Amino acid sequence: MFEEQGITPEGDLIVNVGPQHPATHGVLHLVITLNGETIKKVEPHLGYIHRSIEKMCESLSYRQFIYVTSRMDYLSAHINNHACALCVEKGLQVEVPPKAQVIRVLLDELTRIASHELWWGAMAMDIGAFTPFFHAFRERETINDIMEETCGARLTMNFMMPGGVMQDLHPNFQARVKSFIQQYKHKIGEYAELLTGNIIFKNRMKNVGVLSPEDAISYGCTGPTARGSGVSCDIRKLYPYEVYGQVDFDEILETGGDSLSRYMVRIREMQQSIRIIEQLIDGIPEGDFQAKTKAVLKLPKGEFYQRVETARGELGVYIVSEGGTTPYRIKFRSPGFSNLSVLDRIARGGKLGDLVAMMGTLDLVIPDIDR
Amino acid sequence: MFITKYIQEVWGAVRSLATGLRRTMYYFTHHKEIITQQYPDNRETLVLPERFKGEVIMPHDDKNEHRCTGCTACELACPNGTIKVITKFDIKPEGKKKKAIDKLVYHLELCTMCNLCVQACPSDAIKMAQTFEHSVFDRGLLTKILNNPGSKIMDGVE
Ligand code: SF4
Ligand code: SF4
Repeated sequence: MFEEQGITPEGDLIVNVGPQHPATHGVLHLVITLNGETIKKVEPHLGYIHRSIEKMCESLSYRQFIYVTSRMDYLSAHINNHACALCVEKGLQVEVPPKAQVIRVLLDELTRIASHELWWGAMAMDIGAFTPFFHAFRERETINDIMEETCGARLTMNFMMPGGVMQDLHPNFQARVKSFIQQYKHKIGEYAELLTGNIIFKNRMKNVGVLSPEDAISYGCTGPTARGSGVSCDIRKLYPYEVYGQVDFDEILETGGDSLSRYMVRIREMQQSIRIIEQLIDGIPEGDFQAKTKAVLKLPKGEFYQRVETARGELGVYIVSEGGTTPYRIKFRSPGFSNLSVLDRIARGGKLGDLVAMMGTLDLVIPDIDR
Repeated sequence: MFITKYIQEVWGAVRSLATGLRRTMYYFTHHKEIITQQYPDNRETLVLPERFKGEVIMPHDDKNEHRCTGCTACELACPNGTIKVITKFDIKPEGKKKKAIDKLVYHLELCTMCNLCVQACPSDAIKMAQTFEHSVFDRGLLTKILNNPGSKIMDGVE
């Protein structure tokens, strides 16, 4: 009732942001209680893009359900597919050929860079800097072109499948990735020039939206959001899957917990991804890109869980099988949902103008939250 | 003391802004480094990679023959019910009946370009085409029949 009147008994103003709002990057609805310009409460309302993906998966076979997960966190489509493929492989107990493992990791890391590039551009646009968006998209488009050549699509690839990958790498892949790395190293300086060093940007990010490590853990934050508060949670390091155990890379940690720290984590993470790609790109093993699997996949009765590190944090795939050709139940633990839940905590006491910057550094993808 | 710090801060701020603007000016004067494609104008020269998943097609040879046996593997592999295989029985010259396709109905509006049908097809009868300008004014135009009228199965494909 109070919300209808737009004012609470204490005289605070209630402002609705969304569901259709350019700054929420999707159909997220925030109900914000304001005292003057100070935020007293932020209530996210979800459900505007709920497609019941988990339920849909229950009627699809183990080969079919993977493509749907590209539509969750569409910026890490490869990594979502990867998580599902790994989980099914766990149930089938198939050994993935080394070549397929390397291809998967390479594509994952390219996806991670592409996702962080988009985040960088979009976040800069949120806080009012428009130019970075185009610079970010220049690099991202290069990755998308590489993906298009190898996987046949730019965003929802559906390239990973139980047992390996769908096709072999395109003959141009290595050369193009190498030229991308050159381009990236050449252009990364511009990012600092345009945004990271900018005084307006710094002042808007520093000490804004501080997330303490305790809160990060108790709200279940993962990914760069938690690592910005100094919580070590990189699944690639803690529970290595595929060839992540053999490559050399650092888990990026920042201790500030504010928006600037989360920003820096992602910027530095892109360089680590480049490092991983550099190590793997020359030594792609020979062999099959797909393990032999049966025509109809049947998981044994039981429960299977697999987690991976997407660009936004920890994605968990939980499959309950009754022994049939379709899963009995599938649950996705999406990183975005937990990261969104902390928004109220970090926004309280802050200013309305900073809310968008905080949301930007949480890197929310709404279809991933709602599924 | 306070004054020096203040001046330093202001100076740093001005410099950081100038650095950013310099980058913008650089691109303003270096058109060659701009990579934007002028899409509808470059239609003639636009080449999509051969793996691009645009729509499912069934290639026919010059004798109007395709490779589809009507095994419905693609229909079963499709997650969305995009493909419907309507089969009929051909009478062979020897008098034997043989299963063949009558129509392979493909609903482009349902297709998610996941490539599973192409992977599932045992006789390589369907493949992905590199088209992408799919919008039409009538929804009915999106339902396609992939085999040409009067087409037959190639000899030797089982
Ligand atoms: S590409 Fe996927 S959705 Fe489209 S017809 Fe083939 S299996 Fe169905
Ligand atoms: S297109 Fe291929 S999979 Fe589909 S019915 Fe024909 S032969 Fe079978």
